[in-house]
Amino acid sequence: MADEQKIESPSYDDIISLIGSKFGDKVKFRQSTKKNVRSINEKRRIFMDADREVILDLAYFLRDKLNFEQASMVTGVDWVDHMQVVYHITNYFNSITVEIVVNIPADDLHVASVAPVWGGANWHERETYELFGIIFDGHPKLERLLTPKSYEFFPFRKSYKLRGSQ
Amino acid sequence: MAQEKMNADKMWLTMGPQHPFSHGLWTLRAQVDGEIVTDAEPEVGYLHRGWEKECEQRDYQKIIPMADRLCYSASMTWSHLFCKVAEEALDIEVPERAQYLRVVADEICRIQSHLMWLAAVGTDAGNLTIFLWALREREFMLDLNVRLCGQRLTTNYPRIGGVRNDMPYYFERDCLRGIERFEKALWDIVNLTDDSSIFVGRVKGIGYISREECANLGITGPAMRGCGVDYDVRRDDPYDAYGDMDFYVPVYKDGDAYARFRVRIEEMFQSCSIIKQAMKKLESIPKTAPYRLKVPKAIPEGTHMARIEDPRGESVMYLISDGTDRPYRLKVRSPVFVNVSASKRMVQGVRLADIPTVMAMIDMCLGETDR
Amino acid sequence: MSGLREWIVNRATDLADGGSVCLNGHEYSDIVGMSPYDVYNLPYDIGVKVWESLGGLIAWLINLFVPNNAVSFALISDTATNAMAIVLMVVVIFAIGFVTNLTMIWQERKFLGRQMDRRGTMIGPLGYLQCLGDGLKTFMKENVAPRAIDKKIYWWGVVLVIGTSVLLACMIPLSPRWFIVDYNTGLLLIFAFFALAPFLIMCAGWAQNNKYSLIGGLRAAELMISYEVPMLILFAGTVYMTGSFNIGDIITWQEEHIWLIVPQIVGFFVCLVCAIAESERVPFDLSEAEAELVEGWQTEYAGMKWGLIMLGDYFRGFVACALVNIMFLGGWSMPIINEFDWYYQYFPELFFVLKTCFVFIFFITARGALPRVRTDQIVNVGWKVLMPLAVINLVITILIKWIWDYGGVF
Repeated sequence: MADEQKIESPSYDDIISLIGSKFGDKVKFRQSTKKNVRSINEKRRIFMDADREVILDLAYFLRDKLNFEQASMVTGVDWVDHMQVVYHITNYFNSITVEIVVNIPADDLHVASVAPVWGGANWHERETYELFGIIFDGHPKLERLLTPKSYEFFPFRKSYKLRGSQ
Repeated sequence: MAQEKMNADKMWLTMGPQHPFSHGLWTLRAQVDGEIVTDAEPEVGYLHRGWEKECEQRDYQKIIPMADRLCYSASMTWSHLFCKVAEEALDIEVPERAQYLRVVADEICRIQSHLMWLAAVGTDAGNLTIFLWALREREFMLDLNVRLCGQRLTTNYPRIGGVRNDMPYYFERDCLRGIERFEKALWDIVNLTDDSSIFVGRVKGIGYISREECANLGITGPAMRGCGVDYDVRRDDPYDAYGDMDFYVPVYKDGDAYARFRVRIEEMFQSCSIIKQAMKKLESIPKTAPYRLKVPKAIPEGTHMARIEDPRGESVMYLISDGTDRPYRLKVRSPVFVNVSASKRMVQGVRLADIPTVMAMIDMCLGETDR
Repeated sequence: MSGLREWIVNRATDLADGGSVCLNGHEYSDIVGMSPYDVYNLPYDIGVKVWESLGGLIAWLINLFVPNNAVSFALISDTATNAMAIVLMVVVIFAIGFVTNLTMIWQERKFLGRQMDRRGTMIGPLGYLQCLGDGLKTFMKENVAPRAIDKKIYWWGVVLVIGTSVLLACMIPLSPRWFIVDYNTGLLLIFAFFALAPFLIMCAGWAQNNKYSLIGGLRAAELMISYEVPMLILFAGTVYMTGSFNIGDIITWQEEHIWLIVPQIVGFFVCLVCAIAESERVPFDLSEAEAELVEGWQTEYAGMKWGLIMLGDYFRGFVACALVNIMFLGGWSMPIINEFDWYYQYFPELFFVLKTCFVFIFFITARGALPRVRTDQIVNVGWKVLMPLAVINLVITILIKWIWDYGGVF
């Protein structure tokens, strides 16, 4: 990405068009239907679905070209038939937050780690790994963080029932 | 068993989980070469109680008091955040009066949380006077909490669609008096800390982090603004009535512990100013105006994300609702969780005696870190 | 004959000539004839009086049952009285030092409480008895020691740290008549024992097999090298001015001429800072920095060991204050009221302790106002600020002394 200039504060439309032209149909944008939420009305949220293969490229593109400096959070979601990893990435200059949803098939819980891109995603990925069992390839230290090292199950999966739950 | 060759120059020092510097249960394993820290490894998780999983078993209303318990000294902002994300899911705006009441409660919470931090800085730097003076002032802020919300710490004040109750009688008078008193009293503490060359010498030039590194590591809040990142969710991504407030976001480019200290001190003064503005605005809103909307129990299907400026940084909640009265998944982004993961970088190269002062500027709160 | 002895013997002779008696109604010559001292010693006198009553009572009681027995006569013999008086003298001196120490702890807790906007101790009259309660509480604790320690050094280290502290406190003379030994090198000896503690702390810290205590012990050594040197240079100034190592002579000189704080005002402030560092109190308590080192070199000392260490710390604080008092504030001498006979008859010990407590107020204020300094800062300040100031103080002293001796100003 050396030939491309970093855009310090890309506008809402720039982000969508640049990502669209770079990644094509690998990244699909979603429109929110909410009318009364201020940050959506003022175009500070971008929602997109991305393919599992392009997430690392997308991350580097967001950081190096569009100046998204911070990974606010990385979340895992268990949809029983498949899993999701959700990234929230923030630009400090126009305070636009990008929500990237990556679907992962349940039989192959691998996704590229973005911890080398954003140091802030490091512990979030470790947490997602230990609670959902999603393996982040390329993570510098993928170990259990919050739960004891001896755990062999993933407590936040829907298959793990709490006592007293239906 | 692999035989590891002993490193005679360096020593691993396990500070925690019960250690005077770790305000809460966590461990910092520090590798020291004499007095110099060469490497560090933070370990958290002693308080992990599966908060997010617990929420999946509860009604939305029942989560509000649970959100209070995420952090004892920032309870108002956490329950506020949960209500924000639920309101976003319901696609509603709360009434104006509730918005300003939330701002007042948030800023009172911010001041008392920062005072708690100041007290902790006092003990970490080895001076108990700072600790006791800061906690004395904090008590007045908690009294305001009692007047407004009925509780000292776990306020349980916001509701989905508004706040639980309107201001009690004479709250306005008490609040303004308390804030004016506090502004004077804070100068006393500033004289004890910022004007003391020994204290400034203790915090200046340690724990340096550059702007780019700070942003990349995801450090947020006052720690980030001390590194030169000019970003505050209250100003740049306004929620509730913060868009109408006129306040200044203190930013320092120094990037050391002293800059983070200054940011927090100035934030307290700014919070006072915000409270005054909000109280003035509340005067102009009629007392009979609604402060709470009636909302349905169930939340329509969808994914929702809200973020607010916690006293410790940017806190985010990500909610997936499935149309029932319980969340399908609720993820909490705790600012301290990310900030403490950067402690490895922060304490490298400082002296052993600086570890408490550097880590104090993060303002640890383990309840929200481990969730 | 040194100045102190001259003074005290003259005064005693004056009193004896006038037919008056010393305190407790003793003829001065009675005491001197029997005691190991060639001057009047009040604690010894108290010891003699107590043993005359106590030993006499025991001898009388035994005599009731066994008339004219040898034990009774032995108990009231001169030899036995002398020996028991010395034992009782030591007890009296220690008891007074101990009570002074408790008073200083109480003073610190009350003053610190007021500075921090709280009440301080509240048990007993004005909160005075809280220290006793704390002592009792630590005394009740189980005596725990970790398994993997170097037992010999662990125990001897703490015993010697406490022992030297108590010894130092007892070595401080409170007045011309209140001392254990009227040695000519008193100040030098006190400094020597004072400098011993960091070495013992280092050994004790190492012996505990604990990383915190090891670092704490090594910090104590680091602290010592940066503060012992300016302190000794100040000490040289004092000795050069007064021409003696004897504490009594130093104070007599100050009484006759001027308190040394006036010519050596720079040295006084340097000495205050050094004294805080010597006694390892809060701005300089690096060896027990509780924020990062848990309890520093005392981490593995639990229960009464810890209590005694704290007590020893305050003994050292007392000694440090007393040294400032002796070197700069004229010890037991008071400007105007020491012209009266009754001052030296009744009050010098009291005024010495009061002045020492007055110096301690500075220590307390420093603790209340300042955060702990860092290891590199402490060495920086020690060598780059206090050391040059101490040398300047020495130069000033030499100049003043030269003018004094040859200039004929006074």
